[in-house]
Amino acid sequence: MADISASGPTGTLGQDVPDIPDTYVRVLEDGGSVVNFVVDGVHCGGCVKRVERAVNGLEGVSNGRLNLSTKRLTVVFEQALVRPREIVAAVVVAGYSARPYDPKPLETQQARDEKELITCMGVAGFAAANVMLLSVSVWAGHSGGMEAATRDMFHWISGLIAMPAIAYSGRPFFRSAVRALRVGTMNMDVPISLAVLLATAMSLAETIAGAKHVYFDASIMLLFFLLIGRTLDMKMRGRAALAAQNLLALRADAATIIDADGVARAMPVDSLKPDMIVAVATGQRIAADGVVEDGHSDLDTSLITGETAPVAVAPGDEVFAGTLNMSGPLRVRVTKGDEDTLLSEIVRLMEAAEQGRDTFVRIADRAARVYAPAVHILATATFIGWMLLGGLAWDGSLKTAIAVLIITCPCALGLAVPVVHVVASGRLLSRGVLLKSSDALERLAEVDTLVFDKTGTLTHGRLELDRSTVDEAALDKAAMLARASTHPLSRALAQTAGPGATADDVSEHPGQGLMGTIDGVFARLGSADFVGGVDGAAADATGPEIWFRLGDAAPVRFGFSDGLRDDAAAIVEWAKARDMAVVLLSGDRAATVDAVAREAGIDDFAGGLLPQDKIARLETLAADGAKVLMVGDGLNDAPALAAAHVSMSPASGADVSQAAADLVFQGQELAPVTVALDVAQGSQRLVLENFGLSLAYNAIAVPIAVAGYVTPLIAAIAMSSSSILVTANALRLRFGRMGLPDTRGPSGNDEEMR
Amino acid sequence: MDVLAMLIPAALFLGLLGLAAFLWALKSGQFDDLDGAAERILFDDDDDVPPVATPPRNAP
Repeated sequence: MADISASGPTGTLGQDVPDIPDTYVRVLEDGGSVVNFVVDGVHCGGCVKRVERAVNGLEGVSNGRLNLSTKRLTVVFEQALVRPREIVAAVVVAGYSARPYDPKPLETQQARDEKELITCMGVAGFAAANVMLLSVSVWAGHSGGMEAATRDMFHWISGLIAMPAIAYSGRPFFRSAVRALRVGTMNMDVPISLAVLLATAMSLAETIAGAKHVYFDASIMLLFFLLIGRTLDMKMRGRAALAAQNLLALRADAATIIDADGVARAMPVDSLKPDMIVAVATGQRIAADGVVEDGHSDLDTSLITGETAPVAVAPGDEVFAGTLNMSGPLRVRVTKGDEDTLLSEIVRLMEAAEQGRDTFVRIADRAARVYAPAVHILATATFIGWMLLGGLAWDGSLKTAIAVLIITCPCALGLAVPVVHVVASGRLLSRGVLLKSSDALERLAEVDTLVFDKTGTLTHGRLELDRSTVDEAALDKAAMLARASTHPLSRALAQTAGPGATADDVSEHPGQGLMGTIDGVFARLGSADFVGGVDGAAADATGPEIWFRLGDAAPVRFGFSDGLRDDAAAIVEWAKARDMAVVLLSGDRAATVDAVAREAGIDDFAGGLLPQDKIARLETLAADGAKVLMVGDGLNDAPALAAAHVSMSPASGADVSQAAADLVFQGQELAPVTVALDVAQGSQRLVLENFGLSLAYNAIAVPIAVAGYVTPLIAAIAMSSSSILVTANALRLRFGRMGLPDTRGPSGNDEEMR
Repeated sequence: MDVLAMLIPAALFLGLLGLAAFLWALKSGQFDDLDGAAERILFDDDDDVPPVATPPRNAP
């Protein structure tokens, strides 16, 4: 927490926020306006409170509400009293950043689908409970001597509850079944729809005829159980879609352009054209690729290159969209429109890579391909068999065939996978791992090769002062200058030195360094050129550095390095012990990569790779049959993350890579990687066990059904007991020892990651 | 069996009441932010909807 507010932009920064184009503002019927933002960096209730308090404190804001699950802030305000940019400024002052976004039609479709499923589930649950209440009385009445008239009345009431409920809550299944049949294919929903509809129709006929057995309870209960599975599945997919949309908002930022006549005005990034002049304030991301016209600054390019050290820029230097302007205002002449920026290029690479992965078939779908035709053949065979050989009339044979359809209906099968995955994702979440795509667990279970990125993944992604090379007296003096700056190297230096005094008359020269006076002596802190007097031979080329010079004394060098995560070497060892190959692919300089690989114990490594090169390496690995888990954090890793069989990204990574990755993990350690692998393998085992259980259930129930001995009571017991069995088995992942033996991880730390 | 004439409608009514409550909760966005709801209960200021234009207290 503390480090967010400390590292966040300062109060003056709020005034640099550019105007928000009106396209993001929606006017309500009652005259108010609504604007939506994606807020970065919120991850707890405290953040929610701080952001909401800041926004609601503004005059003219009638309601600002931050959704913690989606990281989205919705603000209702009066256009006459407050401008959207002032809202952003308030959020920035509170220590977070906000980007406007346009709620896309796509997103409302997703939300509608999810709501429809939950509504259907609620209706089905209500109906199932009430019908079951009546059915239990009827079953008790079979032996207790219930009068036929009472029984018929109960059947009618059941039917009147069940039929509308089935018509309403079965729609998701019916629709999908019709869609599948129309293109001549078969999915799980075809046997489900058929069984439910036939059972209901038959039950209605039996009720009219005053028969002893009806199946209203079975069909509505079937729908209820299946809708539970479907809803759980949808929730997991929804999370993934959300992350991708927040990524779109990252690109849809607004830019401030300077007209030919010198007037500043806001415009959406996607309408930027080459040769426009864009003003980039401190703390803002550069909106388009271009060339610096005016101003000096340092850029945080970690989003693009994964390099930790800031890069100094001056007029004439090329800059890329998505990089963060850190120390001074810039004017940038746009060279490429929004479509052609490096950021867009990377997003395109990523989309292409994702399409290549679509061929993965989820285990439930594979099961359905076998299961659906088998069920239909079995039911048809039962019908024909009884007609021709069993000597039953057509209606008797039909009833038996429908009983077979009901009993084989994949109730347990429909729950087998989603329940395990939900339990697994809950378990992962408690260890700080967010599961983003629902089939990631299945892919994760197959992994045999680990590919790491370097910066921010194997290492902390944060520069630390290399203490061994420093003399303490100089450090204390240099820190007095460093405390006045927000530059990452200065901050790292000041942090190492601890709290203390600040130098006098400090002035910052963006892209170069700081100068000031310490005890009346002129002092400089910055690049070798800036402080002057650095002996060329002494300038060590490896790693980022700053120089400090007090008066005319000899300059002192401060070297910085990006430390390995504490458990990186242990993770590599852990993977090797399990016969997994470990590879390090980095965009950083080969010498640095070599050193890190050696320290972590990785034998197979490559440095200086472009995003395309990483994809090429992954494709080579995939062609050799390896199932790769890619772990990376930078924007440059995003395409590789999308191309890998399955991927993970630390929560400290770039938004784009978090969006591209299947799993996101929190914390200072890499241990979540091993946790995820263990849980995935455990849950894959459980899924297979659940399939086994469903099959065993069918092996017992189907012969009874085919023989014609199934009553609604038997169907209800068989269906619910198999579903409960499957759910209970899945819960072993939470309460039992499954997936646990190694979750302590090499760090030996079983505490929660958060 | 006359008691059934009362009990069955009563059971159905209660069930429908529960269903209506669920659908209302769903429609009014109670399920939109499950993570946030878990945190909001711990907030000191006791309001479900953020107040209108209250001056901000000093941030912690």
